[in-house]
Amino acid sequence: MRTTDLIRFARGAATGNPLRTTLLVLAMAIGVAAVVVLTALGDGARRYVLNEFSSIGSNLVIVLPGRSQTGGFNPGNAVTSTPRDLTIDDAQALLRASAVYRAAPLAVGTSEISAGGKLREVTVAGTTAEFIEVRRLALAQGRFLPSGDWRRGASEAVIGAKIRDEMFGRGPALGQVVRVGDRRFRVVGILAASGQGLGMNTDELVIVPVALAQAMFNSNTLFRILVEATSREAIEPAKAQVTEILRLRHEGELDVTIITQDAVLATFDRLLGTMTLAVAGIAAISLAVAGILVMNVMLVSVAQRTAEIGLLKALGATGVTIGKAFLTEAAMLSVAGAVLGFALGHAGAAIIRQLYPAYPAFPPGWAVLAGLGTALLTGILFGVLPARQAARLDPVQALAKR
Amino acid sequence: MNSELIELAGIERVFRLGDSEVHALRRLDVSIGAGEYVAVMGPSGSGKSTLLNLLGLLDRPDGGVYRLAGRDVTTLSAEEQARVRSEQIGFVFQSFHLVPRLSAAENIALPMILAGIAPAQRAERVARALCDYGLENRADHRPDQLSGGQRQRVAIARATIMRPAVILADEPTGNLDRATGEEVMRLLEELNGRGVTLIVVTHDGGLGARAPRQLLMEDGTLRHDRRRLAEEAADPCARPT
Repeated sequence: MRTTDLIRFARGAATGNPLRTTLLVLAMAIGVAAVVVLTALGDGARRYVLNEFSSIGSNLVIVLPGRSQTGGFNPGNAVTSTPRDLTIDDAQALLRASAVYRAAPLAVGTSEISAGGKLREVTVAGTTAEFIEVRRLALAQGRFLPSGDWRRGASEAVIGAKIRDEMFGRGPALGQVVRVGDRRFRVVGILAASGQGLGMNTDELVIVPVALAQAMFNSNTLFRILVEATSREAIEPAKAQVTEILRLRHEGELDVTIITQDAVLATFDRLLGTMTLAVAGIAAISLAVAGILVMNVMLVSVAQRTAEIGLLKALGATGVTIGKAFLTEAAMLSVAGAVLGFALGHAGAAIIRQLYPAYPAFPPGWAVLAGLGTALLTGILFGVLPARQAARLDPVQALAKR
Repeated sequence: MNSELIELAGIERVFRLGDSEVHALRRLDVSIGAGEYVAVMGPSGSGKSTLLNLLGLLDRPDGGVYRLAGRDVTTLSAEEQARVRSEQIGFVFQSFHLVPRLSAAENIALPMILAGIAPAQRAERVARALCDYGLENRADHRPDQLSGGQRQRVAIARATIMRPAVILADEPTGNLDRATGEEVMRLLEELNGRGVTLIVVTHDGGLGARAPRQLLMEDGTLRHDRRRLAEEAADPCARPT
């Protein structure tokens, strides 16, 4: 039997029973669509978290004062007591490392901001001009802190979008003088609204020169040093160099914790990647169920078409030919189901993206391929048994039945 | 080598029903020459259908040798037997056995499709067959849109499309009224007139009497092998049914 004839014959047999064919294709389609949509959700979650993390900055190495004994990244790192201060000099020293592209010291404290009779509590971040680059922040208006000597600084502040709204309302904020703690600052820039993200909420931040912040909080220590490596490959060398420099500066004792953004990202990536895989596995079960359904329906079909199979044998069809015809039919139904499911799944993912624009629900390529592959494989695999049964049918009995 | 087309020697066929054994055919020896017209008759259970299935290679004997055109076909593999069926044997069934979802033309083309013949050649042969059997206007009709006689004509066209040496007809008129049955038999006999060996299985004495040679089966053995003289066969319609 020629291949084109085989395909036409199988198609005829499939369309000869539209209800059975429709149900089968639908079952397969739902399985594939489930894989596509669920992996889109899982991978979307992964991308969402990664995006949020990347928005902190790229190629970051973060220095925290104090040594975490257990290692790794945990919230306790933020509140460790320091035997030795992490100073602005430390931060400046890091700039000598070859793998370090930029560094920004960060001193953080809470204070009050007042302007025009309004008063509110704010988080004050003391830093330098490099901060905006390292953290990849955007300005809505004005300019950021000027570069210059880190130990000095003009009384200038950059405020978050929400602070601006609350302190100045609709009126102009640029150039206005605000009072933070016991000092007066002129507002030179306003940060673009970024919404709630991981880490600090920059909308409610007031950024001032690091020297002034330390003076305001009467402290010499830094909260963090943010270091940007020259490239992604330079992150590990940068970490090593930073470690070495700080160890030397702290009399041979490593009393800081150094984490890389990559390590944190990788952890989340692995975690959420595993979750996507698990979700895909669950969806694959529905595909297997669809495959068993294909087998069931094909077996019923063989039973219903015994007379036809007997006839085909009498007309000179070999068992191989009949087996092939049934297998082709099963494969065609699976392909149709897989293609339909693929389209449905993508439509579903598109709807999710439409409803939640912030959520990048794109099905990953591997999942789509795996879904389609599993559909075809199960369809054909479960088509083998009915096809063999059809091929083995005794023509005498098949013809006698009627 | 013998000139006989079909040679059966010591054919045995035993069916097991539970503990008991039923001998459908016992040590059967029959030879049928090329171009013969043979009626196989007998009451039901006499083994005539079993014989037909064996002749059509749909069933294997438990013993004995079946030679078709000088070749021992009992030892062939199932795939080889399917080839022989495709090339040498045409079946006509009592209940037509047309594929309901295929049109008349497609039903006729089915053996050629299974044999892998090129579409152009298929179309040509189907067109000629439709013409020969007066089905030109029914080519695209499905079996349920055809009358019984038309269906059997489609079935005969299908049986002959591969130009087989033997036509095996199992009660070909069993589901037809007298007039259409007569027409179908005439078609089959015309084929025989052109040299195709025709073997008709029937329990209808009148139908069997049309054949110049009758094999009467009883209990799996051959009771009579009767050959009629030529002038006797000339007027088949005069016999009672």
